[in-house]
Amino acid sequence: MPTVTMTVNGMERSGTVEGRTLLVDFLREHLGLTGTHVGCDTSQCGACVVHVNGSSVKSCTSLAVQADGADVTTIEGLANGADLHPMQEAFREHHGLQCGFCTPGMVMSAVDLANRNADPSEHEVREWLEGNLCRCTGYHNIVKAVQAGARAMGGGS
Amino acid sequence: MSGNGTGIGASVKRKEDARFLTGRGRYTDDINLPGQLYGYILRSGMAHAKIGAVHTDAARAAPGVHAVFTGKDMEGVGGIPTGWLIHSKDGSPMVEPGHPALAIDKVRYVGDCVAIVVAETAEQARSAANLIDVEREELQAVASIEAAEADGAPLVFDEAPGNVCYDWEVGDRAATDAAFDAADHVVSIDVVNNRLIPNAIEPRAAIANYDPATGDYTLYTTSQNPHLVRLLLGAFVLGLPEHKLRIVAPDVGGGFGSKIPHYAEEAILTWTAGQLGRPVKWTCERLDAFKSDTHGRDHISTAKLALDADGHFLGLHVTTKANLGAYLSTFATCVPTYLYGILFAGPYTTPAVYCEVKSFFTNTVPVDALRGAGRPEATYLLERLVDKAAVELGMDRVEIRRKNFIREFPYQTPVALQYDHGDYDATLDLALKAADWAGFEGRRAEAAARGKRRGIGISTFIEACGIAPSAVVGSLGARAGLYESGSVRVHPTGSVSVFTGTHSHGQGHETTFAQIVSDMLGVDFDAVDVVHGDSAKIPFGMGTYGSRSLAVGGTAIYLAVEKVIEKGKKIAAHLLEASAEDIEFENGSFTVAGTDRSKTLGEVALTAYVPHNYPEGLEPGLEETAFYDPLNFTFPAGTHIAEVEVDPETGEVELVAVTGADDVGRIINPMIVDGQLHGGLAHGIGQALLEECVYQDDGQLETGSYMNYTMPRAADLPSFNINHNTTLCTHNPLGAKGVGEVGSIGVPPAVINAVIDALRPLGVNDMSMPATSQRVWQAIQRANG
Ligand code: FES
Ligand code: FES
Repeated sequence: MPTVTMTVNGMERSGTVEGRTLLVDFLREHLGLTGTHVGCDTSQCGACVVHVNGSSVKSCTSLAVQADGADVTTIEGLANGADLHPMQEAFREHHGLQCGFCTPGMVMSAVDLANRNADPSEHEVREWLEGNLCRCTGYHNIVKAVQAGARAMGGGS
Repeated sequence: MSGNGTGIGASVKRKEDARFLTGRGRYTDDINLPGQLYGYILRSGMAHAKIGAVHTDAARAAPGVHAVFTGKDMEGVGGIPTGWLIHSKDGSPMVEPGHPALAIDKVRYVGDCVAIVVAETAEQARSAANLIDVEREELQAVASIEAAEADGAPLVFDEAPGNVCYDWEVGDRAATDAAFDAADHVVSIDVVNNRLIPNAIEPRAAIANYDPATGDYTLYTTSQNPHLVRLLLGAFVLGLPEHKLRIVAPDVGGGFGSKIPHYAEEAILTWTAGQLGRPVKWTCERLDAFKSDTHGRDHISTAKLALDADGHFLGLHVTTKANLGAYLSTFATCVPTYLYGILFAGPYTTPAVYCEVKSFFTNTVPVDALRGAGRPEATYLLERLVDKAAVELGMDRVEIRRKNFIREFPYQTPVALQYDHGDYDATLDLALKAADWAGFEGRRAEAAARGKRRGIGISTFIEACGIAPSAVVGSLGARAGLYESGSVRVHPTGSVSVFTGTHSHGQGHETTFAQIVSDMLGVDFDAVDVVHGDSAKIPFGMGTYGSRSLAVGGTAIYLAVEKVIEKGKKIAAHLLEASAEDIEFENGSFTVAGTDRSKTLGEVALTAYVPHNYPEGLEPGLEETAFYDPLNFTFPAGTHIAEVEVDPETGEVELVAVTGADDVGRIINPMIVDGQLHGGLAHGIGQALLEECVYQDDGQLETGSYMNYTMPRAADLPSFNINHNTTLCTHNPLGAKGVGEVGSIGVPPAVINAVIDALRPLGVNDMSMPATSQRVWQAIQRANG
């Protein structure tokens, strides 16, 4: 069985996985990072979004071995100690979450958008979130949060 | 109530967000127990089949497998019970067939549980399940109401002739018939309420443990109501006493009704853990969730409205057929009856109302509550019919509603409910203004110039929430009470733990309830924590559904705080050498009236736990529990307005504006309340425009994944225009009514009325949900002849 090594939230982590082990399972089961969620098995819901080398990726659709050597950030690695990341803070401020299950994927996806577009319009946010399902919020406050978070990030994380 | 920065009425940021935003939420699938095994549930791929021998030898011999259990192994275990006994028109009880947790002689829907495989890893359990060989004889399936009621239809249960579970009625049929005899106009309508799949984003999961040393069982499960699961699983299925069965519903990722029922998997897991003496974990895959989470809605109705020459409603007659699916889920039988038929007065003075509902078994997933549960179905029918009446009588759609509004309260409806209070004109006026109803024709013309057909639709509605006095629901067939408990523990140094029997799975109870308690006790918001979801910590509870948590659970907490204050007054009086009657409590201080002599809550609490100098005969400690049994339903009401643009070339419907004016009673946290409204609106819009569960005739689920079941996504929805006009509920001290279901109840008819309004110039007078581009395009083609 292959061994993978990657930087996860700034720390080097290794593990022995099967070739077919999904990145999300490596994070959740091997590393105990249960902030990344699984909401589907058809790559449709986005609850599992993490960053691999700075870009958002559905970790239910990537293999752990594909992330070998990569720099992975999960929701657990976003805040700076006790200080929430501006995007997390914006979600809190604008009530962009209810049950919290879609939230890690939403936030990680939103940070990626903000890195590309410092001041996205409502329309751009709604289009960007095409791959993230939320059943609780009706997206209204998520959209507001993403716009505010992007502005607060000032064009970079 | 001080209404200060964190008090009642303030948009306090949520306590729960810190953990959810940093990935530190603790959902059921995040929990792992030492020595745990993994269960995989083998489900039926056939909708209807006799099953013979189930050959499990190969699966048992597969790598990592510890056990395989089938229906035969669990035969001595009780079946999954249902929570509400409905009686038919003729007085006979509903047909109530058994529901074995693992199928025994027959499978009745695609997804029915057939066996559990337990292995070292989830992957091993799933692979081994492929090796199970089930001897089956496929039977013809009935996958719809039409198929179930057809002459000579196959029977889902031999004991249910015609596949009928019950044939129920409410209201005065003779009086309604008389109203139609006297009517100047009769308007009728046929509607289908489309079947929906709930799709909370967290799939169901459970992990069960058994401790042979103590005989204690623990089940972590994705539930909206852990005590209800304990009651049903313990008393009815496994025969376990409550003190040996602990149910924990930790963070739960949305419910919407689909996590109310006690599910077969919970029983299978718990029983299996007992057999093996090891923890067993199961997480539902999404594809399995589509075919095993209870579905919602699925009605076929015909209705007629009698009116006089001026447009006053005289009588309403509704005939509905409801699909209950293959087994009776926990609240399945009351959803199309006592949560549906009793809503047909709506906000109107219709003097005679009669509703009859025949419910059917089919070879489909059990149907149960889904956000709104019965009330969206009723509201959709009524508000479509009222619009149709306006068109047929040549009346204004707003005026016909206004002409028939109830304005005197309390108001006794002809269908059991008594509305305590409301102001339907106020929410209507507010919505019309906020949506610029008056300026619509200009927007219609502007859209027409761009080749688009623009329409506007309205719905004025009432809900019945916070169900309801236990004695009343008991007399109607409920097998549980519907009160709630709340406990308030003031710790020795004055911080507070609050214990509620409701369950938060997105609603923000940890924040809202802390606001109430901190406001009433005058303690810091941060000094109050709310505990829920664990039967070992909470005295008792009925959980969260039917928009009940604040009106019923919040009231229990309110009453417990009042008890704490009463006791505190006695302690303070002793310390201040005054009489308890002379003590006033405000802003966290007990003061002798008319003096500046006072003791803080913290001082009183410390005295209660270090009772050296203490009133004689008074118990130490400062902790109180209250159970609150509601005196009536609550009646949130409002007006929703939708505006759409239809592309007549493609049939595509764009929802351009949604305006709500709602009366949800006292608002504790406006931010949270608006969030609940947004979510409900999205759910209702999903039903109106996107979502539809489709079964093939053979009972295969055609819309079995996110690839072909259309969930609302961000780009499908506009931002919402939310407005409030508050009147207080008169029979609970908070004045709370409820908000969780408003959107999904009120908005679907507004959207469809808007689509019809847009297309009426093209000759289209009817539209079914969901109004997909294909359906709209076909309707336009048909109208063009
Ligand atoms: S878990 Fe749904 S997209 Fe990854
Ligand atoms: S907050 Fe519950 S799914 Fe988005």
